[in-house]
Amino acid sequence: MVRSKRKRIVSKIIYHAVCLLLCMVMLYPLMWMVFSSFKETSAVFTTAADLIPERWTLENYVNGWKGFLGISFGAFFTNSLIVTVLATLGAVFSSVIIAFGFARLKFFGSKVWFACMMLTMMLPFQVLMVPQYLLYNTIGWVGTYLPLIVPYFFGQGFFIFLDVQFIQGIPRELDEAARIDGCSTWGLFLRVILPLVVPALVTSGVFSFIWRWEDFLAPLLYLNRVPKYTMAVALKMFSDPTAQSDWGAMFAMSTLSLVPAFVIFAAFQKYLVEGIATSGLKG
Amino acid sequence: MRKKTGRSQYSLRQNLEGYSFIGLFVIGFLAFTVIPIVTSLIFSFTHYDILSPPKFVGLENYIQMFTGDHQFWVSFGVTLFYVIVSVPLRLAFALAVAMLLQKTTRLTTFYRAAYYLPTIIGSSIAISVVWRQMFSGDGVLNSIINKVFHTNISISWIGGEKTAIWTLIILAIWQYGSSMLIFLSGLKQIPKELYEAADIDGASRVHSFFRVTIPMLTPVVFFNVIMQLIQGFMTFTQSYVITQGMPMDKTLFITVYVYRNSFTFYKMGYGCAIAWFLLIFMAVVTALLFKSSHSWVFYQAEGGD
Repeated sequence: MVRSKRKRIVSKIIYHAVCLLLCMVMLYPLMWMVFSSFKETSAVFTTAADLIPERWTLENYVNGWKGFLGISFGAFFTNSLIVTVLATLGAVFSSVIIAFGFARLKFFGSKVWFACMMLTMMLPFQVLMVPQYLLYNTIGWVGTYLPLIVPYFFGQGFFIFLDVQFIQGIPRELDEAARIDGCSTWGLFLRVILPLVVPALVTSGVFSFIWRWEDFLAPLLYLNRVPKYTMAVALKMFSDPTAQSDWGAMFAMSTLSLVPAFVIFAAFQKYLVEGIATSGLKG
Repeated sequence: MRKKTGRSQYSLRQNLEGYSFIGLFVIGFLAFTVIPIVTSLIFSFTHYDILSPPKFVGLENYIQMFTGDHQFWVSFGVTLFYVIVSVPLRLAFALAVAMLLQKTTRLTTFYRAAYYLPTIIGSSIAISVVWRQMFSGDGVLNSIINKVFHTNISISWIGGEKTAIWTLIILAIWQYGSSMLIFLSGLKQIPKELYEAADIDGASRVHSFFRVTIPMLTPVVFFNVIMQLIQGFMTFTQSYVITQGMPMDKTLFITVYVYRNSFTFYKMGYGCAIAWFLLIFMAVVTALLFKSSHSWVFYQAEGGD
């Protein structure tokens, strides 16, 4: 008895040691970035093997925040926030409206459109990149935030799919009860279904926020003036080897750029995990 | 009532209601997907530099691509190598870690978050910046090696012709989180009775892994392979920011090559042609995978009671 108990404890310790070691490997690049951002610039590479700074300093944040070409990172941060929040709101609410149509209503062509929706999830953006650019160029959207926001108001495949899965899990008896009470279809959607799909909306909102926040290719294509830059593009310009090489400031701004995504992740990771699991399995 | 008589299967009211919900999608799909994809095909048969109107040149772009453009083949080869190496490795890691996390302890939530975090932020510019520094000559990797083994190396892993692509592959493997979560919930759905039955039959752990776990997971594996392949072929930021295609185009991904042709050299028609090649190639690969799936993907309905 005693032996088997001891054996269990040993195997438990080994298990956690393996898990923690893996944590260390997984998080090391991030920790290195964060700690380096508090090192003196001259020390970043001379002490690259040491994680913890010898002398802590906030100088990098002060220097980095000044940005470049006279525009501070505060402006880039605001730009990113505007684009991200608007695109996310658009994606979340348009997707759930569309999803309700697919999940609950019968009408001509619904299966074909659903297939089209699935297809959009697999379509490489690079195929659409050039003609989309030309389209936005023709209607005068290049150089504005519109190409980064407006398309998301027409639903996003992944979120539609997620919402459809979720709505299908809601018992249809609720629909019938609402109908008997005299609810119209839109009334049923707004008053009965919408409050019940909030978890799916949170999941889509969190994913959308993180994806839009980190989006690089689209802002790179459409934003051609520095004052309009989002965090991602600004950080890329800031870190280009041809520019000044203040590594400390670069790590400081990199760290800052990840803060919103990290906070959202920490607060909602349960929703992300469940979102990935449900949408992934039933594919 | 006019039910199931030809095309008037649904009433006008049903159709109006249906499209009042999905109308947004239909408009968006036509405007932002169908029209661009059709114009993209048309442009691929032209020379177009934005400034002057497109000039129809027939198949010239495609002929140039297949017979006269060495760089195109290099970038296609690089992308293919990257996908073929990184996707299986990423999935193997994902499965291994998912098996590890099957056991629930008080720390499971923390572990899961820690392993998933890199996936969430992995394609951000911040991580690209960090990666570039980690594998540079005086970066973290060399510093740690030098400290542990008392050596004095300063190889630039990012700049090496043989090593550069591997830094990107390591970055891809590092982001196994989504697949891990999908595997994890797939593992949880395998009925315990199957393992018990295997146990009674005297199967070893290894045996029941290959005879129970793997076959039961094949639908999940199949879904993962397809999604990861598509994602792999579409990788852009890593190659564009971390290595910039260097050295000697050894990390020039095809997406970056499309971008350069279209927006740096303003050869929009040629860019569209390459993009279409990529689209067709991926469609064929996906179709082949679907076809092959009958022989290796195990669906409970056909395989059991």
